[in-house]
Amino acid sequence: MNSEEIAIQAKDFSAWYGEFKVLKNINIEVPTKHVTAIIGPSGCGKTTFVRCINRLHELTPGAKVSGDLMLYEKNIYHSDPMKIRRTIGMVFQRPNPFPTMTIAGNVMAGYSLNSIRLKSSDYRDILEDSLRKAALWDEVKDKLNKFGSELSGGQQQRLCIARAIASKPKVILFDEPCSALDPIATGKIEELIRELKSQYTIIIVTHNMQQAGRVADYTAFFMLGELIEFDQTEKVFTNPAKSLTEDYITGRFG
Amino acid sequence: MRKIKNLIMTVMISLATLICLIPLFLLLYYVIKMGISSINLDFFIKNPKPMGEIGGGMLNSIVGTLIVLGMASLIGIPFGLATGIYLAENKGTKLAEWVRLSTEVLVGIPSIVIGILVYSWVVKTMNTFSAFAGSIALTIIMIPLLARSTEEVLLMVPNTLKEAAFALGASRWNTQRMIVMKTAMGGIISAILSSIGRIAGETAPLLFTAFGNQFFSTKLFRPISTLPIQIFTYARSPNVVQNKMAWAGALLLVSMVLLLNFSAKWISQALVKRSKN
Repeated sequence: MNSEEIAIQAKDFSAWYGEFKVLKNINIEVPTKHVTAIIGPSGCGKTTFVRCINRLHELTPGAKVSGDLMLYEKNIYHSDPMKIRRTIGMVFQRPNPFPTMTIAGNVMAGYSLNSIRLKSSDYRDILEDSLRKAALWDEVKDKLNKFGSELSGGQQQRLCIARAIASKPKVILFDEPCSALDPIATGKIEELIRELKSQYTIIIVTHNMQQAGRVADYTAFFMLGELIEFDQTEKVFTNPAKSLTEDYITGRFG
Repeated sequence: MRKIKNLIMTVMISLATLICLIPLFLLLYYVIKMGISSINLDFFIKNPKPMGEIGGGMLNSIVGTLIVLGMASLIGIPFGLATGIYLAENKGTKLAEWVRLSTEVLVGIPSIVIGILVYSWVVKTMNTFSAFAGSIALTIIMIPLLARSTEEVLLMVPNTLKEAAFALGASRWNTQRMIVMKTAMGGIISAILSSIGRIAGETAPLLFTAFGNQFFSTKLFRPISTLPIQIFTYARSPNVVQNKMAWAGALLLVSMVLLLNFSAKWISQALVKRSKN
């Protein structure tokens, strides 16, 4: 796996909520334009880790970090957090389209919220392109001016993916994107993630090990704030190096 | 046995609810009954006649109330909203806790005390009762009310929406303005209208600030007539015609407050419905 170009690299990276150390000296190299899954029992720090990558973690009072986190060899914590967040998109656990915005407005929110004005031809191009990449264009092209909350849960989640794509990020973080969706909607999101990896580096946090097996090229296993194992998904699931990993994936705890 | 208990409790609770509603309906009924006969066109477009003469209206008090309320809202709304936003955004910090405590204390202070305060601060220094002084007194009552209800409404906006905005690189200011405030708009408007409704009927703080005026005046730094004060004056008058005028004024004031409260409810419901579909 060292032959791949590295998108995100953590060096002795730790994170705290107040006095509580949630992440302990994480070292990981996430390869570019692949899907990397992060699995592990509840409270293992997997969500905190992705929230550190786009610097949402620091918005929690009392949160702090140490060590280095690099995005294509640029230190994320030496950059402007607002720029970092535009470069690293995020899709949340529950679909969260903005209820006051139309479908089109939601997709383009990354521009309006940053007070970026676009030529109307650019606006339309980005809007259609993002919705197509999120596999939603055909379903919503006739109701772009309706409110996003009219859509089904699965459609709303794809709308949120389109919203992340529209800002032209390099990396997209998925924080348990299917935990609120039914199996059919889940299937669509997973298919979409597999398609998106040709253009974006994807990190997906998931509780569901089958999901990691279906979508991820690489899998990282976190436990109690430590990175236990990180390798190709196939290897982690069939021939894990650590006994802890094996215990977890065979369901002995978790 | 369980069914009987259930029935008894249901009846008792329904009865208690009914008893709560009775004063409101009695009040409305009585105010309408006593006031409606004096409500006519003259009531709205004419100034009061000197005692003993028939006719005249309450134009000066209606306009005066609108001026005092308008000015109080103009000062009170920005401060109330800003304080509410501060409280919602800085939950848990020391300063926010102190501010919250102060708003609670302020809400509890009898309004006549606020009247005295403004009397000594504004009326004494400017050497005259004035519409302005009345507005200041009402503003002081309005700000803590509006701040608290704004805070509550803003805290109802799901945190996930704020995070979604931050994750797109939005600044705190843009997130607050374009996501939080917009999502809570219905609640904010209804908070504003309710707080105006709350100060519309205040009488005590106006007694020695706006004072009252027999004549038509729109001057901000002169004494001005307002509905509550005029009702107070007319109700104490030995003159039956003026007593009737007091009832008509009361009817108008109650209608204004009801209208403000109903539109507050209606607007917030309409906006909630809109954002849901």
